[in-house]
Amino acid sequence: MSRYIGARVVQLVFIIFFISIVAFLLVHLLPGDPTISILGPNDTAQARVELLKQLGLNKSLPLQYWTWISNVFHGNLGISFLTHQTVSNAIGVAFPIDLELIIVSQILAFIVSIPLALIAALRPNRIFDRIATTSTYAMLAVPTFVVAVILVLLVAVKIHIFPATGFNPIGQGLGSNLKSVLLPSISLAVGSVAIYYRLLRADMIATLQEDFITMARAKGLSTPYILLRHALRPSSFALLAGAGLSIGSLFTGAFVVEILFQLPGIGFQLIQAINSRDYLVVQGMALVAAVAYVVINFGVDVLFTFLDPRVRRG
Amino acid sequence: MVNLGTNSGALERVREFETAKGVAEPKTVLSASRSGLGLVFWLSFGWVAFMILLAIFASLLPLKNPNFQDYTAVNIGPSVHHLLGTDDLGRDLLARIIFGSRVSLIIGFASVGLALLVGGFFGLLAGYRGGWVDSILNAGSLVVLAFPALLAILVIEAFWTPRTLLKLTIIFAVAGAPSLFRVIRATTLSFATREFVVAARTMGATTRRIIFRELLPNVIPAAVSFALIGVAVAIILEGSLAFLGLSISLPTASLGNIINEGVQNNNLQLNAFIALWPSLYIFILLTALNLMADRLRTRFDVRAGNL
Repeated sequence: MSRYIGARVVQLVFIIFFISIVAFLLVHLLPGDPTISILGPNDTAQARVELLKQLGLNKSLPLQYWTWISNVFHGNLGISFLTHQTVSNAIGVAFPIDLELIIVSQILAFIVSIPLALIAALRPNRIFDRIATTSTYAMLAVPTFVVAVILVLLVAVKIHIFPATGFNPIGQGLGSNLKSVLLPSISLAVGSVAIYYRLLRADMIATLQEDFITMARAKGLSTPYILLRHALRPSSFALLAGAGLSIGSLFTGAFVVEILFQLPGIGFQLIQAINSRDYLVVQGMALVAAVAYVVINFGVDVLFTFLDPRVRRG
Repeated sequence: MVNLGTNSGALERVREFETAKGVAEPKTVLSASRSGLGLVFWLSFGWVAFMILLAIFASLLPLKNPNFQDYTAVNIGPSVHHLLGTDDLGRDLLARIIFGSRVSLIIGFASVGLALLVGGFFGLLAGYRGGWVDSILNAGSLVVLAFPALLAILVIEAFWTPRTLLKLTIIFAVAGAPSLFRVIRATTLSFATREFVVAARTMGATTRRIIFRELLPNVIPAAVSFALIGVAVAIILEGSLAFLGLSISLPTASLGNIINEGVQNNNLQLNAFIALWPSLYIFILLTALNLMADRLRTRFDVRAGNL
């Protein structure tokens, strides 16, 4: 086990190093004078010199990298030339929104997929299972942005139940906060429902063939009781693993949703920064988001190694 | 395709899990019972081929100019003159969608074709030769796959301006090649120790001959099945980027940016068709691609192996 984790740590360090190199080299892709690209044509000469010093653009490439990475390690990811806010500050404000979006969407996905899987697993390949399976295939095929558009069209435009866009912070009341994240969370949950349904269904079918289920049936326990109290718990490991493994893709999937619904999370801020050519914000946010993504995936991997020894062989 | 911000890769893991649990893959209402590729495959194939032909011959068809703004016919619904209606600037939606599909289809098929060429070559080489070549390529592909691809693509596009079709295709190909490499490598590995390969080697066949004449034909079904899913993923990704305003620059129509225009400036309230038609187009196209890939996979019993 420790050897496996050791190898994964080495891999992690290597990947983070690689990410930092790519993020660092991004500024060199900019056309023309990078200080003009980053600060715009109208900034003062002093700000330019300041920026040159921060980027270290007058030194050799390895030295530039060293200047940049030591700044990063001191928490200095650069300053937005538009808002003059530090990038680390902006991330601190935006990240909780992503987190809330992911958590609510996962709760919704569980609420829908668990009953579907339980009923389907009772009679595999019969009509209910077939219809549920077919619709999950469709759910997998629709891109998130299409789901989001159709949801807004149905629920927010035709019948005005939900606000179409915008974000209400928890400070303004839990109800309005949840209302503003519900539609985005549903769009995000659609893909997860399909995956969780398939995972739990397969696990349940296998579990329902076990002797202790036959035993429970022989005792005359009711089917719902058997499903919920006897079969669900031993069948839920793959479901939890699946949920853990999808955190990473949910994180990037949330970007698209945030744009449509105007939620000021990391994705929204990133796209805004891209559109306003606020390059240092893009660089800083991308670096942090990519490292967070890799570290989360690593954490989930290691966690499941502890829980399920079979993972190590895979 | 695990990290391309879509669920196609997750489905592959689900299938492995189902196999491990000894549970048969669930049937759909459409499941073909007999052998052969089945009606669903050919219907999907026909649809995708039809869409490709429409896109190729768009300029020969009696379509309106996709960028012509007719202010006397703004936001009208489907009619004889405009089969799918017009948008808020009076542009014909049918023409915009067909011309817009060119971007999606070119990026989808070209980037995956490129990725297939590169990933396929190295996959065959690594799977057959093994050794240090395999170790290095394998480690490299894992590093690229660990990246959040959507994020990487977004950021590279932000800095690498202006955005052209060629640049987008290259970025997508780089993002897709590692997954195709891993699939083809795994499939090659499963064939590399089979008798016919050993026999060929004993008879003194060159490495090149073994790779191209013995291994390649056996790897193709798996490669095509995964490539089709790759095309679907690339189309979703291009759509998402266009939707975010980060694909090909305006005024060139693409499916994603038509949807984007359809949700802006109250357009959803005024004329939902602008967003609805391209959404429907993408949905049907992706379903067809997925169904094709799925039937091919079942028919040739393609397994991802130890992905």
